[in-house]
Formats: sequence, structure tokens, C-alpha cells
Amino acid sequence: MTTHPGSAFAGLLAPAQEFGDLLRKDFPILQRVLHDEKPLIYLDNAATSQKPRQVLDALNAYYERHNANVHRGVHVLAEEATALYEGARDKVAAFINAPSRDEVIFTKNASESLNLVANMLAWADEPYRVDADAEIVITEMEHHSNIVPWQLLSQRTGAKLKWFGLTDEGRLDLSNIDELITEKTKIVSFTLVSNLMGTVNPVEQIVRKAQSVGALVLIDASQAAPHMVLDVQALEADFVAFTGHKMLAPTGIGVLWGRQELLEDLPPFLGGGEMIETVTMGSSTYAPAPHKFEAGTPPIAQAVGLGAAIDYLTNIGMDKIAAHEHTLTEYAVTRLQEVPELRIIGPRTAVDRGAAISFVLGDIHPHDVGQVLDEQGIAVRVGHHCARPVCLRYGIPATTRASFYLYSTPSDVDALIDGLQHVRNFFG
Amino acid sequence: MKLDSMYQDIILDHYRNPHGKGLRDGDVEVHHVNPTCGDEITLRVRLDGPVVADVSYESQGCSISQASASVLNDLVVGKNVGDAQAVQEAFLELMQSKGTSEGDEEVLEDAVAFAGVSKFPARVKCALLSWMAWKDATAKALAQQPAVND
Repeated sequence: MTTHPGSAFAGLLAPAQEFGDLLRKDFPILQRVLHDEKPLIYLDNAATSQKPRQVLDALNAYYERHNANVHRGVHVLAEEATALYEGARDKVAAFINAPSRDEVIFTKNASESLNLVANMLAWADEPYRVDADAEIVITEMEHHSNIVPWQLLSQRTGAKLKWFGLTDEGRLDLSNIDELITEKTKIVSFTLVSNLMGTVNPVEQIVRKAQSVGALVLIDASQAAPHMVLDVQALEADFVAFTGHKMLAPTGIGVLWGRQELLEDLPPFLGGGEMIETVTMGSSTYAPAPHKFEAGTPPIAQAVGLGAAIDYLTNIGMDKIAAHEHTLTEYAVTRLQEVPELRIIGPRTAVDRGAAISFVLGDIHPHDVGQVLDEQGIAVRVGHHCARPVCLRYGIPATTRASFYLYSTPSDVDALIDGLQHVRNFFG
Repeated sequence: MKLDSMYQDIILDHYRNPHGKGLRDGDVEVHHVNPTCGDEITLRVRLDGPVVADVSYESQGCSISQASASVLNDLVVGKNVGDAQAVQEAFLELMQSKGTSEGDEEVLEDAVAFAGVSKFPARVKCALLSWMAWKDATAKALAQQPAVND
């Protein structure tokens, strides 16, 4: 760790190093060494997180001792598997402060959660139905998974798709909020934290406006749930979507939280086993939520893994994780700006920003930056990060993104800075 | 894996001083993108009878994709379409070799420098972007000129 005597970080870096070093002992993959004995420095956490031993053990234990299909069968394994799967739902409900466990729908990822809401609204009765007279509002900083489902809904129904633009500083431009969110708006869907820029968005102002016109609000919390206290009641949204694999859980498990009365009123999307009450050849009636929205055998082991991940995160404390990442972010944005010709895309301070930091380095293409960093054992993401409109907005083809998590340390930041100097020398 | 095996001096030279860059008159224009990384190329082909008279392009992307377009221009302009297509196929084969081929320098000239890139699966598509655009544009140009017979 580079010491910055007298700087704002003086007292913060050593504890942050200790915090990360202690946690990374739980993550077997972080012990890997790559090309020529370089220790892995994993800075691609906004894409997916690594998994602690505790989560891997829970997955193994499930398959070694309890594996069965859920909600059917009366044998011991079926009952244990059901208890574990539904126990994971309880853990998620507590983690996000949901008023009821029945408001927690398991999906395969955040994309499915977002698509599920779009399809609920496509088939809903009034007043929720999205039709040719309706308007949908999103933002220019969304991940493609919160753009394309709304484009599809708009194309299929004739509804008008509108979006908030971005300021030069990488924030939402709310100056035209009254023109964007109107009496015609049926749904406002936006990300809590930008996956490309790290921007934390002002939820309250958007939610207030949406509520004033009777529009539903869907919040994409994929980049928030892993990193901060997520309280769906405090957000006052109608739906909140996130994914497990970015928060220490396996891939293949996501969550959609929705307000109970909405889940009662809105129609199912996928039909199949588990989501029914009775079936005849002519018609069916549906199980109550959340099962109404969970057709077919769900990702059981993955849900159990998510439960174990939530236990792990909760034991540490989401407030402590958020504080740790804030220190790292502050240190990283400061040090990155010491690198000549480096330009951060997004907020240039740690205020209202998460730990995903995108940048461009002179005219060196991000692919080349990422390749030379990889040679030094440093894993970053390069490209447009499934948020191409952001790149278009700022006139860049792509960015390099470094993103931190609970096991990241100030020395990871130092390695990144040294690595970037090496990139500049290589292409200089 | 050694970085130098990918970033050969020949590649970096082409990257810094690309040959034939810029859009000029052509019979056909195509636009190809690499959706995973955002690399883009607009490429024009002009045929003169059976001969590739010009390949011009505007592109943005990494050093590998830029150098590859430059080498493409060197290798196909002035050749008969059939010979140029044979070079394209040899280059494709080299890039799909996963590091097991060194390439035939007689056919591929500077393009053998890309042999190392074939060891990096994520970068193969960077090297192929301009070549696939050229293949597409040439097929379209030939379709427009059914009289061309090499």
C-alpha cells in the first residue's frame, strides 16, 4: 500500500487493508497465482463476485445430503429441500426488509426479473395494462437488461418509451422530469447504481414524481444489493430486482421483490408446474404469489447458495461493507486521477457513487489496457459493459472498468495504478 | 502467456501507422461491429474487373483490430479476387488455430504476426473484424457485377 501521509486517507487505508485481507482468506479463488507467479487481483466485481468457502460448502452440502425437488413428495429429502429453498426466501426477505416473505420471487437473474415485470404489465388488466396510450420511462444509464425488455414491450404494445438523459458529470439529468413522467406514465424503471459509472441515483425524487402520477416504479438494484443496505420499504418502489451472482451467490438465481397487492393483481407470465392451483384441460387457476411467478422446478441449490451468501454478508454487516468500499472508492478515484491522460467516465469523487469505476486512458483502446493488465494478474472489464448508450453519450467506444468488493484492498488499487503505468509504457 | 507473443512489433507498427485507412470510392460499403467490445469498421471495396482495386476503411478499436485492417489492405489490394479470398481463408485458418499454426509467410506475409493472437480466444474476433467485413463486402460487390469472372 502506498502511504499518502497527511492525506484524507491517512487513518483509513491500514484498517481497509486489514478488512480485505482478513475476508479474502475465505475465498479460495483469490489465492490463485496467474502468469509467472502474479497473484490474482480481481477487479471485475461489477460483472460477477467471487464465492466464499461458506457458499461453496452450502452448495455441496445441499447436493450431498438434501437434494430433491421442492414442494412435492412427502419423503425426507423433499421436505428438507423445500425447507432449505423456502428458508432462503426468508433470508432474502429479511435482507431487503420486505414486509412479507411472499413478496420475494426467485428468478434466474436480474434480467429475468426485469423481463417478468414488463410481461406482467403487457398482460395486465387496467389500471396496470401497458397499451398504445401508455408511456414507459427509463434512463440513458441503464444496463441493456433494463432497456431491451421495455423496447420489446413498447414495440409490441405501441406504448411510448421515454428516458432521462445524463449530465456531463455522469448523473441523471432530472431537469425535465415533469415532461418525462406524466399522467400517461405506467411504469418508471431505473437503476439504483450505474453498472458502468458507479453513479448512485436519487431514488426519492423519482419515486415521488412517479407516485404523484400513479405510475409504478421498478428499481434495478443489481449493483446495489451486493454493496449497501437495501431496504425495499425505505425505497418505496413497487418492484425491486437484483441478481445473486454479484453478491457472492452462484449464477442462476435472481430476485424480484414486488408489493403484495400488485403481485395478487398482476397476471403470471410463465406457465407450468408449481404456479397453479388447479388445472383442467380447459383452464387453470393460479397459486398465490410468489409461486404464481415461479413456474417449473426452480434453481433450488442456487437459492440455497444465495441464502448462504446473505448469511455471510449479514455476519459482516452491509453497513461495514459499504463503508469499506467507500474508502476504497475514494482512494481509487484519487489515485486514478494521478495517472496522466486518464479520464474517469462518471462521478470523479466518491460522493453518491459506488465502487465501479470506468475510465479511458489516452487513446489506448480498453481492450489493449485490459490485456496488458491481465498479464500482470489484474482482472478488469473492458468494453461497453452492456450499457452502450452511456458510451455513445460520452462519445467513447468503450471503457476500462475496475470494480471493487468487500475483499478488495488499497494494495489492489496500488497494483492497478502501477499496472496502468505499465500499460502507458507499453503503448507509449 | 507472454504478452509479446500477441503484441508483435509488426502489429504495433501497423497500429501506429495504418495502411490505406480512410474512406475512398467503392462499389459496396459494409459496416461491421464487434458487439462484445464495441469495435466498429466501415469498409468499402472497389473491384476493377477481377482485381481488388481498393479496400478503404474507417474503424475504431483496439490495436489488434486496427493493425489487422492495415494488413488486410496490404495483402488484398491489387490481387485477383480469387487469390485474395485464398489469403482471407488462410488468415481465418491461422486465427482459428489456437496457437498451433505459425502461418505460411509466403501467403500471409505480415499477417503471420497474428499467429500469437490466436492463443487469446477473446481477441481472435478483434483480428477477424476487418477480414469478415471485407469478405462480406466482396461477396456483395461480386453479386453486383455478375460479369466478373476470374
